[in-house]
Amino acid sequence: MKRLHLERLANPQLLALAGVLLINWLLFPNFFRITWQDGRLFGSLIDVLNRGAPVAILAIGMTGVIATKGVDLSVGAIMAVCGAVAATMVVAGYPTPVAVIAALAVGIACGLWNGFLVAILDIQPIVATLVLMVAGRGIAQLITEGSIVTFNDPALIFIGTGSFLGFPMAAVIALALLILVTLLVRKTAIGLFIQAIGVNRAAASLAGIRSRMLLVLVYALSGFCAAIAGIVVAADIRGADANNSGLWLELDAILAVVIGGTSLLGGRFSVPMAVVGAIIIQAMNTGILMSGFPPEFNLIVKAGMIILILLIQSPFATRLFVRQRLVPAKAGPK
Amino acid sequence: MQDSDYVLEARGVTKIFGNHTALDAIDFGLRPGEVHALLGENGAGKSTLIKVLTGAYQPDAGGVFVDGALVTLDNPLHAQTHGIGTVYQEVNLLPNRSVAENLYLGHQPTRFGLVDHRKMEKAAKTLLERYGLAIDPSSDLGSHSVAVQQIVAIARAVELSGKVLILDEPTASLDRNEVERLFEVIADLKKSGLAIIFITHFLDQVFAISDRVTVLRNGRLVDTRQLDSVSRTDVVRLMLGKDIAFSGATDLEPERPTTDVLLDFKSYGRKRSVHPFDLTIHKGEVIGVAGLLGSGRTEMARLMFGADPADQGTITVAGKPTAIRNTTDAISRGFGFCPEDRKAEGIFGDLSVRENIIIALQGKLGWFRALNRDEQLEIAGKFGEAMDIRAASLDMPVKLLSGGNQQKVILSRWLATDPAFLILDEPTRGIDVGAHAEIVRTINRLRDDGMAMVVISSELDEVVAYSSRIVVMRDREMVAELRGKNINPGVIVQAIANSADEAQP
Amino acid sequence: MKRSLRPLAATAIIFIIAYAASVVQFPGLLSTRVLGNFLTDNAFLGIAAVGMTFVIISGGIDLSVGAVIGFTGVLVAVLISWLGIHPLLAFVIALGVAALFGAAMGLTIHYLQVPSFIVTLAGMFLARGGASVITQDSVPINHEFYSTLTGLIIRLPGGGRLSFIGLLMVAVFLAGALLAHRTRFGSYVYALGGNAVSASLMGVPVARTTVQIYMLSSVLAALAGIVFSLYTSAGYPLAAVGVELDAISAVVIGGTLLTGGYGFVLGTFVGVMLLGLVQTYIIFDGTLSSWWTKIVIGVLLFLFIVLQRIIFAASAPGEKSPEKV
Repeated sequence: MKRLHLERLANPQLLALAGVLLINWLLFPNFFRITWQDGRLFGSLIDVLNRGAPVAILAIGMTGVIATKGVDLSVGAIMAVCGAVAATMVVAGYPTPVAVIAALAVGIACGLWNGFLVAILDIQPIVATLVLMVAGRGIAQLITEGSIVTFNDPALIFIGTGSFLGFPMAAVIALALLILVTLLVRKTAIGLFIQAIGVNRAAASLAGIRSRMLLVLVYALSGFCAAIAGIVVAADIRGADANNSGLWLELDAILAVVIGGTSLLGGRFSVPMAVVGAIIIQAMNTGILMSGFPPEFNLIVKAGMIILILLIQSPFATRLFVRQRLVPAKAGPK
Repeated sequence: MQDSDYVLEARGVTKIFGNHTALDAIDFGLRPGEVHALLGENGAGKSTLIKVLTGAYQPDAGGVFVDGALVTLDNPLHAQTHGIGTVYQEVNLLPNRSVAENLYLGHQPTRFGLVDHRKMEKAAKTLLERYGLAIDPSSDLGSHSVAVQQIVAIARAVELSGKVLILDEPTASLDRNEVERLFEVIADLKKSGLAIIFITHFLDQVFAISDRVTVLRNGRLVDTRQLDSVSRTDVVRLMLGKDIAFSGATDLEPERPTTDVLLDFKSYGRKRSVHPFDLTIHKGEVIGVAGLLGSGRTEMARLMFGADPADQGTITVAGKPTAIRNTTDAISRGFGFCPEDRKAEGIFGDLSVRENIIIALQGKLGWFRALNRDEQLEIAGKFGEAMDIRAASLDMPVKLLSGGNQQKVILSRWLATDPAFLILDEPTRGIDVGAHAEIVRTINRLRDDGMAMVVISSELDEVVAYSSRIVVMRDREMVAELRGKNINPGVIVQAIANSADEAQP
Repeated sequence: MKRSLRPLAATAIIFIIAYAASVVQFPGLLSTRVLGNFLTDNAFLGIAAVGMTFVIISGGIDLSVGAVIGFTGVLVAVLISWLGIHPLLAFVIALGVAALFGAAMGLTIHYLQVPSFIVTLAGMFLARGGASVITQDSVPINHEFYSTLTGLIIRLPGGGRLSFIGLLMVAVFLAGALLAHRTRFGSYVYALGGNAVSASLMGVPVARTTVQIYMLSSVLAALAGIVFSLYTSAGYPLAAVGVELDAISAVVIGGTLLTGGYGFVLGTFVGVMLLGLVQTYIIFDGTLSSWWTKIVIGVLLFLFIVLQRIIFAASAPGEKSPEKV
């Protein structure tokens, strides 16, 4: 039993994370140093969690979408829209909870729209979500009327910059969402059904799974997560920037999910591993920033990661892998 | 017959996949100017033989000879250069391109490096006129009927190969007039000396245009016959492997005393799929469904299960009139369905054996009443043991199991939902002997426990052994319902072949 | 009318009506000056969109074009301004680099059998990152050859100017149309988008064609980058961010099916002009803000996707399993 646990810990994602952290530590011996100051934790590691939170939150929603053989390109734009909604509403004097709930509702509505196009109109996910990806930022600017709407609402700002038990609020929200969604997919049958649709939609239909409803739900969840990420980012900078909020984060979220071991061809997925993927991306990002490289250098590293993953997942590599795995699997204990 | 008479010949061709022998030393010869029908049920080896003859597969033993010379065909394009062209059931052309381009793609006439559309379309027009098609060659291929597309595909294949034409179920989606038109084209090609292999599962079509017939069964060559010397019944018997003289009573399953009626289908049907039929099914009764491939047997199964909902007729479940609009409706009323195409519609390859077994039950329970891992393991373990599923672990991906074990998994999936009515479409096709016996045993056990079942199978021995009634499908229509003494292979073969014999004296 | 022509006809009609309506409101829009600027201002987008048209017709997508534009601008600027290389040679080098880049993406897509979307995403990161590694700043180009090229202008009656880059875009569109509709390569591109399995059975060299398609897209993106550097007289690593989205939008609005198989290079031209009209109208109006551009593009995109869905419902690829909820 203990061996099994060790094996589970030794999965490629956690090994990669350990590797990245190790390199960071070798470059910056202070990397793991965490200090306590003014009732909160400080340190590079905490910084990684804090800055990685938005992508992690997006990745939580994106995992379900990708597991059904889909993709959601609109999450970055939805972030901008929801951030704009929350900011303009608090500026207009609405109570913070109302503004936050309204922003979340808008996010869900955007997700439902995507789900409608994909599940009901049967439009390819990449095409369907492109619509909001293009129009979303325009809508966000319509809401903010083209300016960056800044706010001083302490409750809203707390969501982005506050701390809970010393941990940054953004990371705490990401963790809570991770636990919530993991429970939702693991403690209900939803996770199994999502995988079933991703693996074989025809068989899922014959087995009595209502795949359309589930698809709509999955896109709605992705919209909801994007809304949370949008609020967190807006709260962090105390303003809604329709142009830059969440820009290209959909691509990071997809990358995080893929690093997390979920195939773009659908099927098996892991929400926690997608979050680990997001942390890996951020840890690299932080490492590169601390090394004094231009932040764009990170793009090259990301490109390298995608190529590496594609090579690992390629049919040739899979054949090698399966052949090696099959032998012990047959001989293995029941 | 001298070898030199054959334009295309397979000698002792054997093809093995894993531990399954798909083709076992097949000899097959094709003469110029003949239409040679190739018959056999699914899994008989027809398509494997075709793939060997067109270079898609390489034979493990034996060889392919063109004009008496041994050739190695690397792929279908290479086969084309040897004069062998193929037209598939699903037209493998480009519906998004013009008719002319589909005829000449890759060989378009060019002028100064640019495609000469005018020249190409002129050539296409002349070519198609030879096939009796007066269509605009610049129109999209997709804007024409399947029959026209089929003829365009034939024209392309003949133009590029010119010696042998292989027609793989070309008539499957054509109506009667279109079939006749296609036959005229085939007859013309035959006159011009082309050798044609014709694969179909419609017997009257075989008799209408073929000169000889070769029948395969379970990867073996059954026989090659001159068609004017055999009857339809002979051919059906060759295909199903039944000796018509065999009609002695075996220990037939007696018709059950009419206890409780479970299901009552009245004029149940679906346009363009299955003609309306009446069928009453009692508890503890197995209805065998006999019929050749394409007879509408699978369509009937999908109709009953709501996978393709009925658009006419009524269904009564346990005395209550009801409507089955989709599979969820069917499952909630205690139906279960094992589809014929295990891989495409049955298993979830990447999911575990355990998940594959519990998924229908979980679907029935809904999103929120989830079975936890222990419950799943218990259910999967119980059925895994009852069905003797051979898997190293219940958590291994089901795609790593053998076909027979996969079939047992799907059967377990439905048994876990505690169904009242099970539809099994070819439950024993393509699986090993042990699994085969296990599944037949299970059918018997379930029947004795009072479950109602509809079992589609081409294994007549088997159907005869466990069915209390047998319905016969032909041309998407239920044509006979056999009871009692009539449940024997001879009568079934007769019923399947029947109308065809009447149709052509 | 052919089914595939309908979305194009819809675009053309929408363009004519929209243009007419705009002219009624702002008569100034109907001048050779505005029309000339239409071409000049959208030259780089149009050239990139031609390449995107081929990619989308073949059933793929290329997310890297914006990044390739940015990279090429920087590369050309650095070669000319820092290394003193003649612009023409710099152009050749940039186009050559882009060709290799596109070939690498095409090879990856074909041989690793992965979606073009993820491969070109890596390409986008690589090109954008590469540009930023070369320089972080905008590199100005002051070369007399650049002045000569930007000075090449055909004056039109009414004060309009046809610039070199505007005419280059028109030339690229004409060449692209010829390539798509009158060459074997063009027919292979459509064949791949129609049905890759059939195409390979019919003898289409799938690997070679795939590589060529992505090479073409990258080379045209690089050409767009050169044009952009002529337009701005500088190279900047973050130039043309998001141009791939505009290009995709122009292609779809121009009547090309996003799932591949159907489309017209000249349709993309109408699509680019329609996008240009939206922008010009908003500038003319003065009270409307530029964000309306994105919303209008999004709405157009949606309308055309749904329109295509309806027109091509019978032949659209995807899961065809008879499924009812």
